[in-house]
Formats: sequence, C-alpha cells, structure tokens
Amino acid sequence: MSEINLKSPSVTIRETRINSITGYQGSADGLVAASKCLMKDKNRTFSQCVGCATSKAACMTILIQDGAVISHGPVGCSSCLHEFAFTYRVNSYLREVQNPTQRKIFSTNLTEKDTVFGGTAKLEATIREVKERVNPNVIFVLTTCAAGIIGDDVGNVCDEASQELSIPVVAIFCEGFRSRVWTTGFDAAYHGIARKLIKSAKKRRDDIINVINFWGTDIFKEWFAPFGAVPNYITPYSTLASLESSSESAATVQACSTLGSYLGAVLEKEFGVPEIPAAPPYGIAQTDRWFRALGRILDKEEIAEQIIAEKKEKYLPEIEKVREKLKGKRAYVTAGAAHGHALLDVLGELGMRAVGAAIFHHDCRYDSGRDENDQLAQRVSDYGNVPNFNVCNKQEFELVNVLFKLRPDVLLARHGGMTLWGAKLGIPALLIGDEHYSMGYEGLVNYGNRLIEVIENDEFVKNLEKHAVNPYTKWWLAQEPYAFLEGGAIA
Amino acid sequence: MSRSGLIEQERYTCAIGALQSVVAIPRAVPILHSGPGCGDMIAGFFERSTGYAGGPTSPCTNFTETDVVFGGIDKLRQIISNTYKVLDTDLQVVLTGCTSGIVGDDIGGLVEEFKEEGKPIVSVETAGFKCNNFEAHSLVVNAIIDQYSDFYGTKPRTEKNRVNLIASIPYQDAFWKGNLVEYKRLLKGLGIDANILFGPYCGGVKEWQNIPAANFNILVSPWYGKPIADNLASKYEQPYYWYHHIPIGANQAEEFLYGVLNFAIENEAEIDEETAKSFIERESKAYYEEIDNLATFLLEFRYGLPNHVHILHDAGYVAALSKFLLHEVGIIPKEQFVTDNAPLEFQEEIRANIAATSNKREIKVYFEPDAGAAQDMIRKLSHSGRGLIIGSGWDKELAKEKDYDFLSAALPTPYRLVLTSNYCGFTGGLRVIEDIYNTVLSTYK
Repeated sequence: MSEINLKSPSVTIRETRINSITGYQGSADGLVAASKCLMKDKNRTFSQCVGCATSKAACMTILIQDGAVISHGPVGCSSCLHEFAFTYRVNSYLREVQNPTQRKIFSTNLTEKDTVFGGTAKLEATIREVKERVNPNVIFVLTTCAAGIIGDDVGNVCDEASQELSIPVVAIFCEGFRSRVWTTGFDAAYHGIARKLIKSAKKRRDDIINVINFWGTDIFKEWFAPFGAVPNYITPYSTLASLESSSESAATVQACSTLGSYLGAVLEKEFGVPEIPAAPPYGIAQTDRWFRALGRILDKEEIAEQIIAEKKEKYLPEIEKVREKLKGKRAYVTAGAAHGHALLDVLGELGMRAVGAAIFHHDCRYDSGRDENDQLAQRVSDYGNVPNFNVCNKQEFELVNVLFKLRPDVLLARHGGMTLWGAKLGIPALLIGDEHYSMGYEGLVNYGNRLIEVIENDEFVKNLEKHAVNPYTKWWLAQEPYAFLEGGAIA
Repeated sequence: MSRSGLIEQERYTCAIGALQSVVAIPRAVPILHSGPGCGDMIAGFFERSTGYAGGPTSPCTNFTETDVVFGGIDKLRQIISNTYKVLDTDLQVVLTGCTSGIVGDDIGGLVEEFKEEGKPIVSVETAGFKCNNFEAHSLVVNAIIDQYSDFYGTKPRTEKNRVNLIASIPYQDAFWKGNLVEYKRLLKGLGIDANILFGPYCGGVKEWQNIPAANFNILVSPWYGKPIADNLASKYEQPYYWYHHIPIGANQAEEFLYGVLNFAIENEAEIDEETAKSFIERESKAYYEEIDNLATFLLEFRYGLPNHVHILHDAGYVAALSKFLLHEVGIIPKEQFVTDNAPLEFQEEIRANIAATSNKREIKVYFEPDAGAAQDMIRKLSHSGRGLIIGSGWDKELAKEKDYDFLSAALPTPYRLVLTSNYCGFTGGLRVIEDIYNTVLSTYK
C-alpha cells in the first residue's frame, strides 16, 4: 500500500505515497467516502503564499539537542529558522532540558555563481567548517529549490563527509517545488533520520514508547507511568542516541497522524516497532479507543481499563459543566490535516456545532494502511458530519470569504496567521500551539474552558472589527468561496 | 568571513525579502512568482510584517515540479489577472524567486501585457541567489521608479522645497516606520517636504508619482540605497545629500540637519534660514534638558551600569550607535561587527567613518555577515566592567553566556516588539537611552 523505500535517498512525496490533496470542497462524509478511491487534486487559478517542505524538515531537525543544521541554498531559504531556535529555548523546560544550548543553524549561502558552476564544493567546505566550529554529533543538510534545480549531488557529498568526519551527515531532500503538500518536509526529515540514524534493534524494551510529536507539554510521561513505561519523544528535544535506539521501543504513538504517519509506519515496517492502531486521543470515544489499543499492544489491557475508569470518574462531571456552557455554539476550524480533525472531535465532544472547516491538506490514507488511523472517518461516525468541509492550503482569500458568510461564534486555528481574519471580522479566535493541550479527558476540560473564555472575552475582536483593514474586493466577498478552485465558477 | 562562505545566524534574508519594501507602500501588493515557501520564509524572518497585502495575503504562483520543467508563465498570467478581481490594490509588483530565475521565465514581457491594459504593474528579478535584501531593496525601488513613477509625466525638479528621502529599509530596519516619520518631521522643521515613500505617513502611490518633482534627494545610509539616489541623479538630475549613517542623538542630528540645510540652500530651495536654525536649536535644547536630568543617574548609579558595548548590526547602526554611545552616553564602543554584507568597495569608507568617532581611541570593526563567527570572536574577548551587547535576537543567548546586558535592536528580533519607535534624531537618541537603561534596570529584582 504505502511506499517506503529506505534505499532511496529521498522520500516519495505525499501526493504519490498516500494520495494527499490540497483542494476539495464539500462535506466531511463526502471526503471520507471519496478517499477510498484515488482522488485527483484540484488546481486553483488564484493562489497565495503557502509554505514549503524545507521549513518543516528544519523544524524536525533543529530541535534535536546535539545536532547542527545546514540549509544548502541561498540565505532566504533558512531565514525563518530563528523561530525554531526561539522555540527550543523557551520550551526546553517542558522536557526538563535545564541548559538549552544555542541552536546551530547555517546556510551555504548560494550565490549566482554557484547556480552556474554548482554548489557541491561549497557544501563540502561548509560541512567541514560546521564540524570544526560547533562539533555536533550529527549534521543535517536540507536541500532547497535552487540546489535541487542546479542538480547538486547532495546525497553523495553527505555520504563522503560522513566517512571523512566520522559523524553522521544526513541529506534531507525537501526542495519546496517537489511537493504541493508542505508536510512532505516532515516525511523527508524522518526518511533521512530512518536511513542514516535509527539502528536495528538489538533488544526490545517494554518500558519505552515512542511519541512522534512537536514540542507540547510532557503529558505522556504521566499517561505511560501506569503501564510502567516512559515516552521517547521524536524528534524535538531528542538526541542522536535516543533517535538511534528508537527502534528498541515497545510501540509508537503519534500526537498527530499527519505529522507521524510516515515515521510511525517506517518504525513498524522496517524496525519492528508496532504503531498503535488508533488515531490520537482527542474526544472521549477516541481517547478510550487509544488507551485500549495501547493496553492491547503492551499486553496490559486491564491497566487501560483502569485508567479509563479513573479518568471518567474524575473528569466527566467537569466535562459536563463545560458542555453546558458551550452547547450549540457554532465553531469553524482551520488547521493542518489530522490536527484539524482532532479539533473537530473536541468540538463534537463538547456539544458544539462545527459549521465548517478549512483543512490544509488531506491524506486519503495513512502510511500504516490502517483505517483505525483515519481520524476524520471517526469524527464523522462519532459526532456526525461536518458541512462546508474544505481542503485549502492556507489560501487566506478562501478563508476570509467563508468566515464572512458563515460568521461562526468562534474560530479555532492551528498555524500562525490564520486567527487574524477571525478577529478582523469580530469573531473570537483561538490558537493553541501545544498539540497536547486538548488531548484526553483533561484536554476536553482544558480546551473547553479556554473556549468559554475566548468566546466570553470578545471586546478586543469587536473593537478590531470596527477598524480592520480589508484588502479584499466587495466582488470577491460576494462570490462562492471556492470559485477559483478547479470546477468552481471562475476556475 | 568563513572559509567556505557559509553564514551562521542570518541577520538578513535573500533578494526576495525586498518584497517587504512593496508591503511598506500603502495599498501596494507584492505578487510572488516563486516556490511555495518563499513568502513564508520572509514572513518568518521579519515577523509581524503583513501590512496591507503581504504575508499570507500575497498572491504567489507556488512553483511545482511541472512549472520547473515547463515554465510558470501561464500560471503567473492567470494569477495576476485574478489578483485584480480579488484584491483592491493601487500598485502591483511582481517579484521572482530562484525557481523562476533559473528556469528563465520572461516576466518582463508578461507584465508588459498588463501595462498595455493600463495596469499599474511592475516586475523585478529577485531570485534569492542574486543578492541579499539590503541590495534588492534598491532593485525593487528602482524598478518602481523606472516602470511606474516615470510614466506619470511629472516634470523633474519643479518643487524647490521637496526631497525624496532614501533612508531606513522597511522592515529590515526594525525602526523604519518611526524613523521615516521623524525624518519627515525634522525636515519639515527646516521648511523641506520629504517624500518618505513608505509607511502610513507617506502619501501612497501618489507620492511615488511625484518623485521626479523633488529638487534634490537625501541619502542616509552607509551603502544600501545608494543605487536609488544614483538612479534619480541620472534620470532627473536630482543631486543628493549623502549622510553616511542614521543620525542618532544631538551631535549627529545637528550635523545631519545643518548639512541638509546648507545643501538645500545651495540648491536654491526657498528656506527661511533663521526659522530653520531656531527649529534645530529648540530640538537640541529639549534634548539636553533630558540629558541634564539623566546625567546624575549615569554618573552616580552605584549598583552597576554597562561601561562598554559590542554592536552587531548594519554598518549605519554600528557607526551611529558607536558615536552616540561614546559621546552622549558614556559607554565605550569596543569591537564592533558589521553584519550586513557591505560590499568591499564601501568598507574603507565605513571603517574611516567609525574611526572618526574618536581621536583618542581605536574602535576595531569587523565586516562579518557570518554572525556565528562574530559571536565566537566576542566569546573570546574580555574587557573590564559590565558589558552590553546590541544586536539581534540571536545574541540574547551570547549575552547570557557572557553575563552582559542585551538590547535587541537588529533583525531578527523575536524577543522584542518594535511598533513606531524611532532611533533617529534627537528623540531617537533618547529612546536608545531609555531602552538600554530599562533593560539594565530590569536586571535589578
């Protein structure tokens, strides 16, 4: 089903591997049904800046504690990476990293001359200089559009440098133009890590569980404790050593199936670490399934049942209180694929009405090939259909148009820049960066209370609405939101 | 400079970063003919810089593999024509990225088609490998002048008291907005109307149409922006007054303003010299009232204040802050680092300008776009007393390592918000003082 080939230097892009698409207009149940067959992606005749694979690959490598990252390209291709240096520093306490070290981020600084004569010599020299300057345990080299088009043999340069310097130098192929789905960059980073860093397991540890995630709070430590296990977080705040031995873990779980689809499957198929057959634990129904699946895989089903019972007793009364306050509120979601589905689960569980969603892309299947990983299908069966469900890769003009018409009570977003338009239209908007915040029973209470707060405290957005600058034409706001999408009125 | 040419800890971005100069023009829109990540990278570098139609609002062709193979010109044509339907804008500037640059799409020809329909549209090649955004700022501004301003038939040099100001680069200079407004106010005090071209206090595209009318121009920069002044000099025979760094504090502000005043008079501007001079004197008096009040604190505060500084910034700020801090605050500039990749041909001039700060001490200057290397040098330095680092967000960790005070004043600046504060002029000097000592005082808990 899925295409995993660790012999190939670069990962197969998402569009090919798991039939990911970036344009769809309809309803959630329609998309779930359509995903069972091969879906064709749709083009837009108007589009805005999106984002590319290279920064996603960067975010999964820069936060590895003892690594250095080289962007092989002009300086622009790494100019936002200081954001990850900031993240590493300010969130380090969540992983008990007492003295977060400065992130080591370099650019080969390709210039016009290099695009004519090639940039491999510069890359070789850069790798040597980085080794000498910061002495990292591992070096990651990220490719860019320019490096890709001029055809530098980055894989070969990295392999030779590895030999020469006696540390792993990992080539990660993440040129922006290769894939329309920027999350291919996560896959690219994981592919490089799996090929060059993860070692075959010498033993199996039943006390370690891989968690593929970003940099959220350390909730898995508490959740795994009753099972007698600890989390091995991949990749933020990991080390070369912890990545190398991630093949020894008892199982793999993911905070977001979009993020971890590929690596979860690679760990299972190539290294024998089973991925738990359940989508991440958002909403009660899915949380119960998730704990049970984990219990089964660890052969500790009774512990899972015990946790579920305890959590129900502790949190259900509080969840009920939150539900009372949120009942019937209309919400709109915009987020990356699986996390968007997760937020829709949370809304469903809290008794809110999901009036629509703009999800950045859609994976028609997951690399595991298992239906149990399909959070959207579960959302629809657990809490019902979501109308106005659209796949839209951060096309702001479409989002503005939809919000202008739907006017939900609250906008839930995950990804910078997307809350602004809620606020400009006077719609309270919430972005939670910590992907663990709304997980599990406690997550429903956390997130629910934040939602109540955000909806209640709307003075700021109401004032902003009165003064908001709007560059969109009246004509556009009167059109159907997906008019420029293939098959639409103007496309 | 590193042996390999690598850059650690970027303090600037690539050519397409000059799209922010378009964002800074009211109601103008950058249209990117580039890979999908370029806009995101630039937005991430500058942060809080969306403006009217920048960031996620900017149209982009989002190059795919197919476009790399077959070219993306048809896609661009479609996106430009739909931009007119979706966004309400006064000026459209098409900027190219590496992908377009390498595959060689003819965007000039395409943009011509829209110009023929009477659209206010401009194109400029900004492939990232071409140069950095300090240089590309001039490419973008000159493209707008050549392809837009020039077409309105404004007669050159018809307004005796009008100038075009070429100074802070929008967004790359965190204080650009405040600076431009302060220059405008100061010049108005001399009786001069300045086209500041960017920000909410410029006159939008109308002001750009009026560029030829200026009698002369003012360039405030060590090197970047000079091609704009040169272009205007050859195009409209507008001479320019060149002040080589941002004037911070009273000494430099006075030097700058008297310089402009003399230049204006030489160029037959209609200036009431007495009024102009009394304006400068009043500004100066107000400034020294503050310094007078402050001096006791600077001299007597007994719990520790910084006595020396390392600055990592563009050449204009390094020169200006060195002069200002030494003479007007009493902080000694030690080794300084110019991180803007100043071209070789300007380095001697910059060096001489910084050397002229003092005739009794030597200020070492290093030209180092590889700021990681600059940091390594600072790590090895040691001076007696309490140190201060003025640099970008990257330097916060270095300051912590060295137990120095730290002021974030260069990009990227994730640890500091700058909205409309200015560092230029008399008030700018006072603001620098507030920022330094508020940072210092906040260490006392």
